[in-house]
Amino acid sequence: MTDKPKVGAENEAILMSHGMTKRFGGLLAVDTLDFQIPRGSISSIIGPNGAGKTTFFNCVTGFYQIDEGDIIFDGQRMNGKTPDQITRSGIARTFQNIRLFNNMTAIENIMVGQEAHLKSSWIGAIFGSPFTRQENAESEVRARELLSYVGLAGKGDLLARNLPYGDQRRLEIARALASKPKLILLDEPTAGMNPRETAQTTEFIRGLRDDLDITVVLIEHDMRVVMGISEHITVLDYGRKIAEGLPQEIQNNPDVIEAYLGRGAASKSKIEVSRVED
Amino acid sequence: MSRYLDDFSLVDFTINALRVVIIVLVFWGAFNTLTLPADAGRITGEQWFDLFVAGLTQGSIYALIALGYTLVYGILLMINFAHGEIFMAGAFTTVFLATWMDKIGFLNGYPFVAIPLLIIFSGFISMIIAVLLERIAYRPLRGAPRLVPLITAIGASFFLQYTFRGLYGSGFKSYPTVDILKGSVAISGFSIPIARIFVFVSALVLMGGLYWLVERTKIGKAMRAVSEDKEVARLMGIDINFVIMFTFALGGLLAGAAGVINGLYRPQGVNFFMGFRPGIKAFTAAVLGGIGSVPGAMLGGLFLGVIEAIGPNLVMTGLGIPGPNQLQDVIAFTMLVLVLIFRPQGIIGERLTEKKA
Amino acid sequence: MTSIAAKNQQGQVQSLWKLISDESQPYHHILRMGFLAGITLLFLGLIGMLEAFNEREVIRDVVTLAQFVLFVPTFAAAYMAAQRIREEQSIGMVLVAATIIGLLSAIPTIVILLINTQVNIRDMFVHVNRDWLEIITFDNRNQLGLGIGLLLGSLGLAGLLGAVLQNLPQKIRRSVIFGLSLMLVIGVMSETVGLIMQEIFTDDFLDNFFKRDTLLLNSAIGLFVFGVALIWVPDKVRRSFVFGLVVAMVALGLRNLLLAIDSLTSIIPTSEEGFLDVFLYFLLPFVAGFAGRLYLEYGSRDSNKAKTDTKATTSTGRPIRVDLIVSIAILLVAPWIVGRALSDVMVTIGIFVLMGIGLNVAVGLAGLLDLGYVTNYAVGAYVLAVMTSTGPLGLFNSQEGVIVNFWMVIPVALLAAMLAGFVFAVPVLKMRGDYLAIATLGFGEIIGRLAVSDALAPIIGGAQGMSFIPKPELLGFTLKDPEQLYYIILVACAITLIVSIRLNNSRTGRQWMAIREDEDVASAMGINVAQAKLLAFTISAATGGVAGAIFAAKVGTVFPNSFSVIVSINVLSLIIVGGMGSNPGIVVGAIVLIGLPELLREFSDFRWLMYGALLIWMMNNRPDGLWPSQVRRRELIGDDSSPPADESPMMASE
Repeated sequence: MTDKPKVGAENEAILMSHGMTKRFGGLLAVDTLDFQIPRGSISSIIGPNGAGKTTFFNCVTGFYQIDEGDIIFDGQRMNGKTPDQITRSGIARTFQNIRLFNNMTAIENIMVGQEAHLKSSWIGAIFGSPFTRQENAESEVRARELLSYVGLAGKGDLLARNLPYGDQRRLEIARALASKPKLILLDEPTAGMNPRETAQTTEFIRGLRDDLDITVVLIEHDMRVVMGISEHITVLDYGRKIAEGLPQEIQNNPDVIEAYLGRGAASKSKIEVSRVED
Repeated sequence: MSRYLDDFSLVDFTINALRVVIIVLVFWGAFNTLTLPADAGRITGEQWFDLFVAGLTQGSIYALIALGYTLVYGILLMINFAHGEIFMAGAFTTVFLATWMDKIGFLNGYPFVAIPLLIIFSGFISMIIAVLLERIAYRPLRGAPRLVPLITAIGASFFLQYTFRGLYGSGFKSYPTVDILKGSVAISGFSIPIARIFVFVSALVLMGGLYWLVERTKIGKAMRAVSEDKEVARLMGIDINFVIMFTFALGGLLAGAAGVINGLYRPQGVNFFMGFRPGIKAFTAAVLGGIGSVPGAMLGGLFLGVIEAIGPNLVMTGLGIPGPNQLQDVIAFTMLVLVLIFRPQGIIGERLTEKKA
Repeated sequence: MTSIAAKNQQGQVQSLWKLISDESQPYHHILRMGFLAGITLLFLGLIGMLEAFNEREVIRDVVTLAQFVLFVPTFAAAYMAAQRIREEQSIGMVLVAATIIGLLSAIPTIVILLINTQVNIRDMFVHVNRDWLEIITFDNRNQLGLGIGLLLGSLGLAGLLGAVLQNLPQKIRRSVIFGLSLMLVIGVMSETVGLIMQEIFTDDFLDNFFKRDTLLLNSAIGLFVFGVALIWVPDKVRRSFVFGLVVAMVALGLRNLLLAIDSLTSIIPTSEEGFLDVFLYFLLPFVAGFAGRLYLEYGSRDSNKAKTDTKATTSTGRPIRVDLIVSIAILLVAPWIVGRALSDVMVTIGIFVLMGIGLNVAVGLAGLLDLGYVTNYAVGAYVLAVMTSTGPLGLFNSQEGVIVNFWMVIPVALLAAMLAGFVFAVPVLKMRGDYLAIATLGFGEIIGRLAVSDALAPIIGGAQGMSFIPKPELLGFTLKDPEQLYYIILVACAITLIVSIRLNNSRTGRQWMAIREDEDVASAMGINVAQAKLLAFTISAATGGVAGAIFAAKVGTVFPNSFSVIVSINVLSLIIVGGMGSNPGIVVGAIVLIGLPELLREFSDFRWLMYGALLIWMMNNRPDGLWPSQVRRRELIGDDSSPPADESPMMASE
């Protein structure tokens, strides 16, 4: 209990880590990472493939237990918490390769997303208690609202797996929003989208912060998206943070360019030039 | 302190409590048994040795069957629940050939020709069943969720049992006795029945052959490649379907051979249900050794055999449980459950299986 | 002479095999189908199915079930082959091909037949015997040439007929198939049908249709014609007819129920000759039901709407409410319609329905493949046995003044099973799916072995089991007969069904489904996965316990060998095969998988073979069916593009 960090000074940061380390066997997937996400920001994490971006998400959301260091969310230490506890404390996420509950309907997917706030019990369900019925009804109403918020109105009774790709991405975000998070982690939200869809999604993400007051962290490969909406960018390479700052600073940072394009490329190009693909 | 309370998990607690209870019980039972006064049924050193050898013998049969589970799992990540029935198919079919050979005097006249012939025949029958099973029931299920092939295999298990019940009848058959397997030899003061030596040696030969096949031959290399990564193996020009079929054939061959070896060692009790329990036990052996690992299955089989033979006497006698040998199966199945709970990667296995899981 | 023939045959088989294995051959498919049908036919003979089925006459002195089954593989193979090659080939070619398939399908059987004349293979294959020979040679065992000729000819004809049927217009085909199946089902079940009819019709009257529990040729033809006609009459008439029949059944059941209560017997008008009975309790209700339903179907609703979508008429409005009432009524009087022997079967079915619904919570909803379900069943049965037995092992037997009855023990059995479910679930919660299955199987085996062992014999009787379990009593009545026990199981099933449906549609049900779909993501949604799984196991265990207790009370004794892994597999099979995870399906599954072998002895020898084959088939053809489709169905109903479901169950094979 002695190593508990001082909270007051970092009130600005909704999420931060100190010396966070995750190993897989001999491989350092995340290496003594110090990290801060300002409250109310849209932040991005970028880096070449295998840089540890998704591992970072998995550590924050409790999918992996970190080996060293601390993760502090909203003033609370998150180490050792299980994914469901972390979700309940206000972090939601989406997945790089969409992971919906495929054989459940869209509405049911969102209703599962509300788990963190539901209180009715199985006993209530068996006896059909008024509270359970009421909660169930309200939960469905809210789920339908969220569904229209992400633009899927009317598709609630379709099975998730039968939705088109873009709709699945939206549904996944709606499911994450259903837990009323303070912080949402989006893993490549525009992957596989065409430019028009990408632009829509970018606007949508901005709206999450502006309208719903949710802090957003993105992992993204599309530099136009990253540079367009991020206020804060962190660059990872081999599990280490190699740069951090405003978009312009990152664009001109030689370390970053080197990490992406290899030694020698730094002088020639800016990242902005093209979409950096896998 | 509160931090530790937060982290309290009922599941972890129960599992740890279970672990402690079992260790205490085992040690308490063993301690009691070993300190029994000589006149109150203490087991002598000779008896222990006997139990040990019996366990090793039974264990080598388990090991032969376990190899089939492990080979298939290594390649398809699938529990071939019907493997015990493949063992039964060979043993049950060969009983007719053995009886006929006995009737015409060939079996006891030329045992060194007859016994290998029986083993080959049985292996062949089991191999055919295994290959057919793969082709008809399992092949269309490649890439399906894990439980789908498992349920298919359970269905196949019952299908095969009752097919053979229909074909050969539901009565018990027994293998003829072979004269050269009677009697025992004395090795440095201990007498070991020849039948047990026969089981152990033939199992060793078969396992040695398999090990050579997997490690040294081209098809063995292909098998290992497929188990590492099917896609890459395919790109390298390996015929995946053939390799999988070959793996099933190999597992069937060993199971069928085990069927005859088992039959000559313990002639009684040949019927359609004879594969079910040995099958589950062999699966236990495969998990004990780390499923997917060939040497693991061999060691796991021997280990399970010995535990099963010694365990009831060592632990249950000490705990004052009546009829300990009745509970041999309980020991084996308890081992199965405990291994799955505490060390699903096997007690001797590397953590290799974790990656595949 | 015959040995040369045998050699020729073998040579033929070899060259055949070459053709079969070469997919580029134009006749590959035909040869393959013929070969498959032939192997199946041989298989059916060797495992003794033909022999067993020969005992059951479908039509008296005309055809046995074995003779029917003999043609099924060939017929089906030709039907399927015709379906496949119909596009490319002319009708004539299709028919020729189908006949060839029929002829080919005789070959494997003939080969074994000829081998058998040279070598006695009966020592090995116990069913290569006289009965088998007589079936496949049509009683010409001594004139093998003639027998083989007949077999070839009839199988060729069967193949031809299969192709002809495939080429008929759809409605004719459907009606023929329906007529045949109606005839077959009634013929096979004639014992049961006769038993029900005896309740109302006199034996003399029934003798016109059945003789010693077997269908007569005339009535068989009548049934066929009737079945064909039923497909051709308008939907509404057909529905009304079935409705009328059901109403008549209810009336019949009510009469028998009232007759069974002594004090009421005098009030019920009956007659010795039975004319009054037939009129009052069968014809009158039937006509009333038929006419009433016709009126409902045609009179009371907008006919335009009904015309456009026949499905919609049953899914809304008054008919469905009437259907519901009649269904409940027939459930309530069922044991009095079918009589004692069948009531006993219904209780057994009910016990399995109970377990099926329970296990479905774990397997179907939460995706936890529990192969040790028998544990809960055993716990329930032994708890009841130990607490209520009046034998020496009864716990409260010797204590004066302590009255422990069935009703008090049911909750205890339920709680004990829940506890057992809980205890066994905790250590396996973190296991992967397939390991979990094997571990639970291990638990089941451990419990089974312990129940037989001497170690626990002082408490639960070891291999001797426990006996002297009294029947339940209610308001001074002893519920000793299956007709009365039926109501206990009916109530238990109803409660379980309601609980299951409510949970399924609740937050808890969604948690389970989420875990089934993706455990990691479910946990990331804030679901406490361990807790939800524990709940699934525990609730699932509870019904198993109740089923076990009712089973013990029904049988009156408890033996350890009633609790083997077979029970778990049985329940699992009926969930998968019949139910595909849905509750009504579980009931159908239990009726088919449990009821059929109970009713027909010749099926019971092959039940495990069929379960095994069905499991393999289901997994290979409908792996999705393993998990419930309520959601999918809901979606299909909402989705206009979905094709209308085919009404005839026989068409499923198309």
